[in-house]
Amino acid sequence: MIPGKVIGRLVASSTLPAFRGVKFLIVQPVDEHKEPSGTPFVACDSVSANVGEYVFLAQGREATFPLPDRFNPADLTIIGIIDEVTEDR
Amino acid sequence: MKIAKVVAHVVSTQKNPKYEGLKTFMVKPLRLDGSEEGSTFVAIDRVQAGIGDTVLLLQEGSSARTVFNDALMPARSLIVGIVDHVEVKE
Repeated sequence: MIPGKVIGRLVASSTLPAFRGVKFLIVQPVDEHKEPSGTPFVACDSVSANVGEYVFLAQGREATFPLPDRFNPADLTIIGIIDEVTEDR
Repeated sequence: MKIAKVVAHVVSTQKNPKYEGLKTFMVKPLRLDGSEEGSTFVAIDRVQAGIGDTVLLLQEGSSARTVFNDALMPARSLIVGIVDHVEVKE
C-alpha cells in the first residue's frame, strides 16, 4: 500500500460498466514527510476521500476488492484516509 | 521480502472496514548496506514493531491474503518480522 495526497478529481461520463458509481481522484504519491514523490496518477475511491486529504491506496489486484462490482479492472484504489503521521515513539 | 525501516505511525479512522483494529506504519525499503531505496510504503504490522525498527517487509498480495486468511483483504505490504541483524559475505 502506498501513501498519497488527493490533488484533484476526474469525471468520466463514459466508462466500463464495472466502474459505474465509482469516483475517480487524482492522487500525488507522497513520502513520510508528506512531500511529493513521483508522478500523480488516477485512482478509484472507496472511502469518500476529498481533495486535499492524505490517503493510502491498495495497488494491483487488491485494488479491485473494495469496489462494488467485484469484476472490475481497477489498479489503484484509495482504502483509507490518513488522519495523522507520527514519527516519534 | 525486503528489509525496511519503520519511519512513522499512520493513524486513520475512515478506512476500509477490513483494516479495523490493525496497526499501520510508513516503511522505507533498505539496501543491504542500510541505505534507503525507493519510495515509502504503508504496511500493516503483524509483529508489534516500533518506529526505528528494521523489519522484514512482505510485498505480495496473495501471501498477505494468506496471512489474514481472507481472500478479499485489500492488503499487500505487511511487516512480518523484526530484523535483529543481517550477515552478508562478500
